[in-house]
Amino acid sequence: MPYLLIIGAKSDIAKAIANKYAENGYDLYLAARNSKELETFAQDIRVKTDKKVECLELDILDFASHQDFYNNLNEKPEGVASAVGYLGDQTESQKEFNEAQTIINTNYTGVVSLLNVIASNFEARKSGFIIGISSVAGERGRQSNYTYGSAKAALSAYLSGLRNRLTASNVAVITVKPGFVDTQMTEDMDLPKALTATPQQVADDVYNAQVNGKNIIYTRWFWKWIMLIIKTIPEWKFKQLKL
Amino acid sequence: MSINSWGNYPKINNNSIKFNTIDDLKNQLKNHSEIIACGNNRSYGDSALSNNIIQVKPFNKFLDFDQKAGVLHIQAGVLLADIIKYFVPRGWFLKIVPGTKFITIGGAIASDVHGKNHHIDGCFSESTLEFSLMLPDGQIKLCSPSKNQDLFRATCGGMGLTGVILDAKISLRKINSKFISQTTIKTENLEDTFAAFEKYNSEKYNFAWIDCFARGKNLGRSIMTIGDFADDGQLDYIPSQKINIPFFLPNFTINKFTAGMFNKLYYYQTKQQISHQKLDLDAYFFPLDGIDNLNRVWGKSGFLQYQCILPKETAFVGLTELIECISRTKLGSHLSVLKKHGKANENYLSFPLEGYSLALDFKMNNGLFKHLDHLDQILQKYGGRIYLTKDARVSKQVFERGYPNIEKFRELRKKYKMSQKFNSLQSHRLGL
Ligand SMILES: Cc1cc2nc3c(=O)[nH]c(=O)nc-3n(C[C@H](O)[C@H](O)[C@H](O)COP(=O)(O)OP(=O)(O)OC[C@H]3O[C@@H](n4cnc5c(N)ncnc54)[C@H](O)[C@@H]3O)c2cc1C
Ligand SMILES: NC(=O)c1ccc[n+]([C@@H]2O[C@H](COP(=O)([O-])OP(=O)(O)OC[C@H]3O[C@@H](n4cnc5c(N)ncnc54)[C@H](OP(=O)(O)O)[C@@H]3O)[C@@H](O)[C@H]2O)c1
Repeated sequence: MPYLLIIGAKSDIAKAIANKYAENGYDLYLAARNSKELETFAQDIRVKTDKKVECLELDILDFASHQDFYNNLNEKPEGVASAVGYLGDQTESQKEFNEAQTIINTNYTGVVSLLNVIASNFEARKSGFIIGISSVAGERGRQSNYTYGSAKAALSAYLSGLRNRLTASNVAVITVKPGFVDTQMTEDMDLPKALTATPQQVADDVYNAQVNGKNIIYTRWFWKWIMLIIKTIPEWKFKQLKL
Repeated sequence: MSINSWGNYPKINNNSIKFNTIDDLKNQLKNHSEIIACGNNRSYGDSALSNNIIQVKPFNKFLDFDQKAGVLHIQAGVLLADIIKYFVPRGWFLKIVPGTKFITIGGAIASDVHGKNHHIDGCFSESTLEFSLMLPDGQIKLCSPSKNQDLFRATCGGMGLTGVILDAKISLRKINSKFISQTTIKTENLEDTFAAFEKYNSEKYNFAWIDCFARGKNLGRSIMTIGDFADDGQLDYIPSQKINIPFFLPNFTINKFTAGMFNKLYYYQTKQQISHQKLDLDAYFFPLDGIDNLNRVWGKSGFLQYQCILPKETAFVGLTELIECISRTKLGSHLSVLKKHGKANENYLSFPLEGYSLALDFKMNNGLFKHLDHLDQILQKYGGRIYLTKDARVSKQVFERGYPNIEKFRELRKKYKMSQKFNSLQSHRLGL
């Protein structure tokens, strides 16, 4: 059975994606920091689906390790899904460049470093799919989270370029733009229930998008329309809003 | 937000407690003096209601599966629905399932639930090889029919009053289809219905929808179904989609609803006296799960289910009297379920005993308790008992008469200091 490699596998969204793909016949590589902590989760999927699940150690900020990490995979995956991300503290990131750098490197630079390696392999063998989880926060910078937002904007642009490059090689690239999702990342926030997706809904949307050959999806779907409205607000007006 | 039971009655304010690890749970037990575990709140009454409720449902990992022996090890929050979803495609099914698949393993053990095959396979505890139980002081005991037997006997059917069930090993049965071959038999009266239960007693699954409004020569008319898994190798099971009832329905519609359901079944679906069908396992085992939030059809004031069982010696006269009483007042649902049970097990508080059980719903209203007390009197006269997992109102006296092992249960609770920690509205009401 083909493998799916999941990066940032401890995230709630990643876990839902892991379940979804195992249920649909995939074996799994789960890559994360302190991946030992994923063992109970991995065993749960093994018992439920009878699929192979391996937990692998990966730090997305350790750029130099990425080539070896991928080389060490015995069987190369059919697809990869990246869920790594770091929201960080916006105010802190304005004062301490360290924080800004962690946000940028986790959401963008690190993902580029690893996906570059994987993309070349997929390109050479002329098959595969790459799912990148970006965010609606990358669509327009807002004072409350623009360090994170700008890194996600860069990631979206990177994925779009990658798609442009890999289409000729029969490799699909899917950009996922979640709105609000109820996860550890947003645990302390008071999110509007009607606009907030469950990780399960995101995983369903991601899987359907990949199977149906979609390029860019918003999840839940209505975020496409919400973002359309937000993007049409003229800049002179937008800059005065408290967002 | 407070947790409610399936019947939405009674309602109390409560504090819902979550835990991630065993140590977490230990601390929670230490910090609360009055506490009860809950699963998926499919029990109808007040068994899982208390000031402090521990939510076990998120504690839901699959731990191991032994292919050769067919033994599954899971945490107590796993839903039967999940086991079915993952294991039917691999040719395995639970040995015991109740009429809903949306219950947890903990709830299945604590109520020692039964299904349409009780006459052959017994209760859920009969498919339970062992489980671990957290006691009031945080100690964890492994319990099985041979290890810590007293805790096993008290916990199966013990309504959460002995501690928190953490994980269990249960044994599954092999199947070779997602379909059930069903035979439907229409009967004219109670005598007919009993004869049919006797005749089909060796069939794996059987039960009957009984018309509790029919009287005179039609009293006890039923639609009985018998069945077992087909053998066609079709295992590509996908859980069926649900219809959602988004609002509480206004009060007056309910009798129309169940009456309509019964009539449809009785007159249209089974035109012949005996007919054969092949249907999806969800439709066969869990017809009521097809409607999400089914409990809302009863309106905001909630409802009660009355489920009782009568020993086989007195079942016929007892049921006749019960149904006569129910049909006179027309307070209950038109549709109720009749089931013939096999021998009782040795658990202190498990419900089934050899005889017939009857289950029907009643909408909450003013005269209801008096009416149910009346049914209790009939029940008592014929040596019957009430199912705790469906109950919110039975009197202590009626309960005790039905459960001769209650003193053993009380003693064990005292011995392990359980009565000072684990309590529900039900345990206070009945002095469990
Ligand atoms: C539509 C419908 C049909 C049904 N059909 C049947 C049937 O055919 N046969 C039958 O036997 N029952 C039937 N039931 C009843 C149901 O199976 C039981 O009430 C079951 O116990 C509910 O499980 P739960 O996980 O929802 O537990 P809850 O309702 O949350 O709790 C039920 C009891 O279990 C205890 N409990 C739950 N988890 C734990 C744990 N981890 N450790 C210790 N104690 C725990 C609680 O304290 C409580 O006393 C039906 C219910 C419905 C709604
Ligand atoms: N939740 C939302 O509302 C929302 C909305 C839009 C987009 N998203 C995006 O969705 C994705 C999943 O997020 P989530 O909501 O599930 O939140 P999350 O649980 O915080 O997931 C982020 C994951 O990234 C991992 N990670 C961080 N730094 C890492 C590093 N250096 N190396 C390896 N892994 C690292 C984290 O692992 P550790 O446990 O090791 O820290 C964590 O598992 C993210 O890309 C996020 O930006 C989320």
